Amino acid sequence: MNAFSRLLTGAGLALALGLTAMPVAAETPPNMLVIANRIDDITTLDPAQSFEFAGSDVLRNLYGKLVNFDPLDLDAGYQPDLAESWTVSEDGRTITFTMKEGLSFQSGNPIRAEDAEFSLRRVVILNKTPSFILTQFGFTPENVEETIKAEGNTLSITTDKRYATSFVLNCLTATIGSIVDKELVMANQVDGDLGNQWLATNSAGSGAYSLVGWKPNESVTLQANPDFHLGAPAMERVIVRHVQESATQRLLLERGDIDVARNLNPEDVAGVRDAPGVVVTDELRGRLMYIAVNQKHPELSKPEVRQAIKYLADYEGMQNSFLSGQYTIHQNFLPRTYLGAVDDNPFSLNIDRAKELLAAAGVEGLEIEVGVREAQERIEIAQSLQNTFAQAGITLNITVGTAKAILARYRARDLDMYMGAWGPDYPDPHTNAGTFAYNPDNSDEAGATGLLAWRNSWDTGGLTEEVSAAVIENDRDVRAQMYADIQAQFRETSPFAILFQKIEQTGLNGSVQNLNLGGAITAVSYWPVTK
Amino acid sequence: MNALSREWLLTDTPTSRMHARMSSFYKGWLALRSNTLAMFGLGILVFLLAVAAFAPWISPHDPFAQDLANRLQPIGSDSHLLGTDSLGRDILSRLIYGSRITLYIVALVALIAPVAGLLVGTVSGYIGGWTDIVLMRITDIFLAFPRLVLALAFVAALGAGIENAVLAISLTAWPPYARIARAETLTIRKSDYISAIKLQGAGPIRIITKHIWPLCISSLIVRVTLDMAGIILAAAGLGFLGLGAQPPSPEWGAMISEGRRFILDHWWVATVPGLAIFTVSLAFNLLGDGLRDVLDPKDEGR
Amino acid sequence: MALAEQGQRTGRQPAPLLRWLKPAVLTVGSIAVTMLGLLLITFIIGRVMPIDPVLSVAGERASKEVYEQVYLELGLDKPLLVQFFYYISDVVRGDFGQSLLNARPVAEDIMRVFPATLELATLGVFLGIVLGVPLGVVAAVRRGSWIDQIARFVALVGYSMPIFWLGLMGLLVFYGILGWVGGPGRVGIFYVDVVPSVTGMILIDSIIDGNWAVFRNAFSHIVLPAALLGYYSLAYISRMTRSFMLEQLSAEYVITARVKGLSEWQVIWGHAFRNIRVQLITVIALSYANLLEGSVLTEIIFSWPGIGSYITTALLSADMNAVLGGTVVVGFIFILLNVLSDLLYKVFDPRAR
Repeated sequence: MNAFSRLLTGAGLALALGLTAMPVAAETPPNMLVIANRIDDITTLDPAQSFEFAGSDVLRNLYGKLVNFDPLDLDAGYQPDLAESWTVSEDGRTITFTMKEGLSFQSGNPIRAEDAEFSLRRVVILNKTPSFILTQFGFTPENVEETIKAEGNTLSITTDKRYATSFVLNCLTATIGSIVDKELVMANQVDGDLGNQWLATNSAGSGAYSLVGWKPNESVTLQANPDFHLGAPAMERVIVRHVQESATQRLLLERGDIDVARNLNPEDVAGVRDAPGVVVTDELRGRLMYIAVNQKHPELSKPEVRQAIKYLADYEGMQNSFLSGQYTIHQNFLPRTYLGAVDDNPFSLNIDRAKELLAAAGVEGLEIEVGVREAQERIEIAQSLQNTFAQAGITLNITVGTAKAILARYRARDLDMYMGAWGPDYPDPHTNAGTFAYNPDNSDEAGATGLLAWRNSWDTGGLTEEVSAAVIENDRDVRAQMYADIQAQFRETSPFAILFQKIEQTGLNGSVQNLNLGGAITAVSYWPVTK
Repeated sequence: MNALSREWLLTDTPTSRMHARMSSFYKGWLALRSNTLAMFGLGILVFLLAVAAFAPWISPHDPFAQDLANRLQPIGSDSHLLGTDSLGRDILSRLIYGSRITLYIVALVALIAPVAGLLVGTVSGYIGGWTDIVLMRITDIFLAFPRLVLALAFVAALGAGIENAVLAISLTAWPPYARIARAETLTIRKSDYISAIKLQGAGPIRIITKHIWPLCISSLIVRVTLDMAGIILAAAGLGFLGLGAQPPSPEWGAMISEGRRFILDHWWVATVPGLAIFTVSLAFNLLGDGLRDVLDPKDEGR
Repeated sequence: MALAEQGQRTGRQPAPLLRWLKPAVLTVGSIAVTMLGLLLITFIIGRVMPIDPVLSVAGERASKEVYEQVYLELGLDKPLLVQFFYYISDVVRGDFGQSLLNARPVAEDIMRVFPATLELATLGVFLGIVLGVPLGVVAAVRRGSWIDQIARFVALVGYSMPIFWLGLMGLLVFYGILGWVGGPGRVGIFYVDVVPSVTGMILIDSIIDGNWAVFRNAFSHIVLPAALLGYYSLAYISRMTRSFMLEQLSAEYVITARVKGLSEWQVIWGHAFRNIRVQLITVIALSYANLLEGSVLTEIIFSWPGIGSYITTALLSADMNAVLGGTVVVGFIFILLNVLSDLLYKVFDPRAR
């Protein structure tokens, strides 16, 4: 026997030994919360830069804010968090916050007004993607010294004009409102980046948890903050593991390897309901599914055609089949639970009506391209639309691409039709009104790529002014009515057909209590969770 | 009169070149016919061709007709022999129409890649010198690429679609053909036969196209047959990643990708197209394996 | 006499060092040229891609100003040639730049994901050798028998199977229904980061740490994908072994050995097999290289955080630095393995000298 064959024999033995060593089903420890979720969209964990769903979920648990939502009572709206109270000046432009006394960061540093000043200025100066949530109030890197100012125990912010106070405060509950530990962050500054690079993978907050580690596309691990000002969280460790497939999440949940599965598809939800010890919860989220047609297209810009597409979606059919339980019909741009949201859903599949409208517009044999990003449920919606559009004589060619490729064409006003999703950026009606129904300059040169109305070359037919008026209205009821009116007109005249609002179905180990995903307005909170 | 009789074909003393060629072809066929596995493969392929040709007549439903009320019906349900998919489309009909796409892709790649390889290989081998070094270096670069990644990158750059998938697969498939063609050319180039033609004043283009190409083709054909399965798998892989045929096209790889979401409760949606891919590529492999035994009994490895 | 001859030989070659130097320089040179070509092609594909790298960084809602700021930060305003030159000079210094997506050094990411692929491919090729070589030898010895037919069929099925489908089915049956193996990923969630990372290969790290629970768990996760890859390399290795063996078994010395009365075992393993070892190593190296680069689909099905899924994810989100880095590393290893097997061939095989 030579060395080579000896090697082979040894290997065979090792293999035989290995095969007998099979796994045993495990159960998660009582003080640990294990979650399966898709977290491949996280690009950074700097609160001034992060702008994705999974990132918001992490950051909400790492940082305190001036004002924040109580996860157990979201309907109450924003509540004091690190700020104790606030006052609004006579002219309505300056809001002054008084900080709570005696709170400290996880590093042990006290939380001062100076930290809040630093955190908000930092957002404006770094000017990353989500900075518009603050800069829409007129803050610029040049004027932050005057407009965002700490004085002793108070922080005052001065906007360029008078806005609804609730609008400003709602914006501060977004991720960019996170208050970071100035001393710790500045100690880790590199090349004047205000700690941007360091915060991408570290935390410096006062929240319920601190960041232990983030491995891109793999996992995020959080460690409880025993000194959290609302009380030490019951779950000492939270592990969010990236699991792409719904089927895998289901198996892990059924085997007790995880406590929470967040991306179960309708079929797996149905399957998992029968599993012992597993419960499924529904929570209405803010994300909308919509289609929009480009107004540069000579046929699609006819009012009758815009109207016709709204009759060409099989709302009921989709809601009751492949979207079952995960999307609910909603035809307005404000998600349910938002101020000013309305529940009028007048459209349903009506081929004859659509044909009449198309005939009235003199449109025949229309062939258009629809861009869809590579996600099964969207591809299925697109195929269903293709089917119903064909019945009215419109040929829909589906182009499936990666999110980035399709988005690039959408932003360049290059698609005939777009089918996709939109989620609100902050819990104020202006977040959606300001993008669906607001477009002050419809020219190509304006390059307002952030506005959905602009992307579809739609001049909004006068809604822009109404949206501008609504955002400065301080009377809550009047404001709500203004949005209801805007949406009524939008529904009928816009080139958008809003289709559905998202319901997130979560598979939970039956022992998990009080897990709140944040509804339509914010992100998940881990600190109230018990098991 | 006795042009196609058995004795005439099996003769040891052919009367003409044509006779000799047909005779050796017939003997090869006999050898192939005795190989059960190869004939099995051939049978499947003939069946596949027939299915593709007669798709509109044999498929029980319109492959694109949706019926949301009847989605995810199991195998053997009424009027849906292989069940229905997520949008209620008949899987059997989609499978039948999908065979056309598979054949289309295989045929195109089997045309493009060997021709490109032949061109590069023969030019490189015949001209030699710097041309040879540069062309072979380029071939090596393409060989060094992770194949699927190259195809992925290519499709990502050009946009998803069948034609681009074909181009991408061809782009990763040509280098081995270039290598083979070059090796053949090197041996042929030195032969007396080519020297004689050169003396008669034939130019390099004429020599390559008229004299070298015909001699390279037989070895390329064997290789192409063996590569067919690989092409099918590569195309299905791209389809699986969403970079091949676009919806609602019933491409088999894309069908698996659509069905994988239901793998636990509705396993047939992904299983059926997977079995189809496997069967067809196995058929190509069985046939290719048998062909190689016949044409080149010594070289059995890959 | 032998000594004298050797002396003469060196005498004729005035600079023995040069004799080795020239092919060495040529080899290194050709590797360098291939690498450069690899870089150039990847770079071109990356730059003509319709995916906008700025969007990857800035996100969907970036305003015009943010967009332009990021555009400049990424150096996209410079001419392509200049961008390429900067890139090459960085790569030579071992710097693959930062991932556009998560702002981490790409080299660090690759160091993290590569061991996962290495572990998987190594186990896969190992299974391929352990099962494929004996199968090939037996098939050659018993040529035409039922065992040869089975071996042939097993190999052909391996060549014909869509790996992503077989993986899905394997997961369904062995994980979903039977629960015999661990699910996707490298280890169960509780075992993540339990053992310190020394080699980055969890099986080895857990042995070093002496943590057998982690080892068992990691093994239960790797066994299915490794078996899958192993099957593919088995198909290739067994066919090649068979054909090499057939060639040897018909050689004269084998007949002589049999006439001399050596046992069949000695003839097969002692003589014929000894002679195909070098060829086999080449085949195994090639198969190994193929597994390293070709496990993209397997990694995706099994959520295996290796270099294949790393490159694919990066590609789909236009993270060009990551794609370039990953491709260069894989290409480099592929080239290296090829050169290595060439070299082995030259060193061990007297005929090739």
